[in-house]
Amino acid sequence: MPRLDQDTKDDKGTEHVPTEATAEEVDGAIGGLDALDAPNAGPQRSRARRIGAAVLPPIGAAILFVAVWQAVWATAWLPEHQLPSPGTIAEVFWGLVETGQVWEFLWTSVHRAVIGFVIALGIATPLGLLLARVKLVRAAIGPLVSGLQSLPSVAWVPAAVIWFGLTDTTIYMVVLLGAVPSIANGLVAGIDQIPPILPRVGKVMGAGTFANARHILLPAALPGYLAGMKQGWAFSWRSLMAAELIASSPELGDGLGQFLHNGMSLFDMPMVITGIILILFVGVGIELLVFAPVEKITLNARGLRKN
Amino acid sequence: MAVALENAVGTEHAVRLEGLHKVFGAGRQAVTALDGIDLAVRPGEFVCLVGASGCGKTTLLNLIAGLEQPTSGRITLTTSRPAVMFQEHALMPWLTVNRNIELPLRLAGVGRAERAARVTELLSLVRLEGTGRKRPHELSGGMRQRVALARSLASAIQGSADGKHALMLMDEPFSALDAITRDLLQAELLRVWRATGTAVVFVTHDVREAVRLGQRVVLLSSRPGRVVDEWDVNGLTGADELVAVDTIGAKLREVISTHAAA
Ligand SMILES: Nc1ncnc2c1ncn2[C@@H]1O[C@H](COP(=O)(O)OP(=O)(O)OP(=O)(O)O)[C@@H](O)[C@H]1O
Ligand SMILES: [Mg+2]
Repeated sequence: MPRLDQDTKDDKGTEHVPTEATAEEVDGAIGGLDALDAPNAGPQRSRARRIGAAVLPPIGAAILFVAVWQAVWATAWLPEHQLPSPGTIAEVFWGLVETGQVWEFLWTSVHRAVIGFVIALGIATPLGLLLARVKLVRAAIGPLVSGLQSLPSVAWVPAAVIWFGLTDTTIYMVVLLGAVPSIANGLVAGIDQIPPILPRVGKVMGAGTFANARHILLPAALPGYLAGMKQGWAFSWRSLMAAELIASSPELGDGLGQFLHNGMSLFDMPMVITGIILILFVGVGIELLVFAPVEKITLNARGLRKN
Repeated sequence: MAVALENAVGTEHAVRLEGLHKVFGAGRQAVTALDGIDLAVRPGEFVCLVGASGCGKTTLLNLIAGLEQPTSGRITLTTSRPAVMFQEHALMPWLTVNRNIELPLRLAGVGRAERAARVTELLSLVRLEGTGRKRPHELSGGMRQRVALARSLASAIQGSADGKHALMLMDEPFSALDAITRDLLQAELLRVWRATGTAVVFVTHDVREAVRLGQRVVLLSSRPGRVVDEWDVNGLTGADELVAVDTIGAKLREVISTHAAA
């Protein structure tokens, strides 16, 4: 204790009249402290090993699944028209690729889903901001928007068909009703979790309502917003499939939903299974190729992930 | 020094508080945080506010910053919009150090080239050259505090661009730091204050820190917060400084013990 006092006394003598020498000392001392304090990144695993660790387990699981399927099929437990072999599915799929039909199905469905998703984003973002920041709006329609999230959007298909007939409008309508609530709720959750100090910082720096939304609220809420978008994408895709499956008509072009519908009408199990697998692949593929990397970058930048 | 703030206007007060009252809540749960605060800060003056925990120091700064409205009384600011340094560093976790520091400039619509030049200057001022591209979570606590200091300086300088005095409000900015880092940052702050001539209202509950940094120390009582006493501690060194610390410390303890009795 006495030694500490001695130290601070010495400090006081020099501190009020800083000289060049103290400034340099301060530099050195601060540099030393920084080097000690700053969290260090730690050893990195090699790229090949990381990719291997991410890719191999799901491939292994898929191989196991196909093997079990093949084995069950070999026991002839179910008749062929109910459970075809993996080989038959591969043949059907290859046939689609050879005729180029598969690209038509994929293009029709994916571009619809993407357009629907983008429109949903455009509607849900201002809606989410209003819900999060305007008490009256939240009180008035908050429960409705969260409630809509748990209403399966297939339920809208009959209504949309009656309103708009078998048209693209019907399909987009269903996609929007599926995706908008998820994205808006994600944004609201993201904004609710912002530490209250951050908007105050914006305010003391003179940010108006829009500057605050643009520079503070939206970026601060990005993790929640992204989670909402990811769910919104899943809902868009599901809703689209439901809409295509139910509202299938020649004028609407052939998407994956129609392909599945045709398979059902023809009682063609290989077609149905191929359709399901394609739908699954697109959903998972977009998630892995688009949302997972964006989410990873976002969380890493904020130090929210430990690797 | 290019970041110097001109004292262009010869006003007597940078901030003037008259009969400031602040009551939180209403009815039986009402808490009177501030009860008739009168205080004036001259341009370029360094004033330290000390007081027990919960006496309304943060509330007072929030009122001056315009984050809260007074229940009654008047606040006159002749300065530009005050720059605030909060108790937590309050950096934006998604922005790099550079981007954090330039945020007040971006919000004020300053062009890219000028922003970059200012940020470089400020980074060297707080001795953080070379960390501009890091994010807050990659820095130590002391480094984050220095980034926050640089950001509030950017905002003070931006405010003074229109020829008004600058004002900085600092709420226990160093209280969460270890003793050595705090010592160093106090020296930094004094250096910057001398170089820029901005008025500073500095909240702390550490009397030693208040005497070391301030020209004037103002003691607040709690529940309700009032100005109890104030001391001129400008340029005190050595034994005089220790005496001042003892006197103010004794008075602070006295004020706190009357609370305990009440
Ligand atoms: N938003 C609020 N609602 C109700 N009471 C509040 C609010 N903010 C502050 N108070 C009360 O006002 C009083 C002063 O609070 P303030 O935060 O200004 O204290 P302080 O002096 O900054 O304390 P500390 O040194 O612990 O930071 C406290 O009694 C606190 O409980
Ligand atoms: Mg406080």
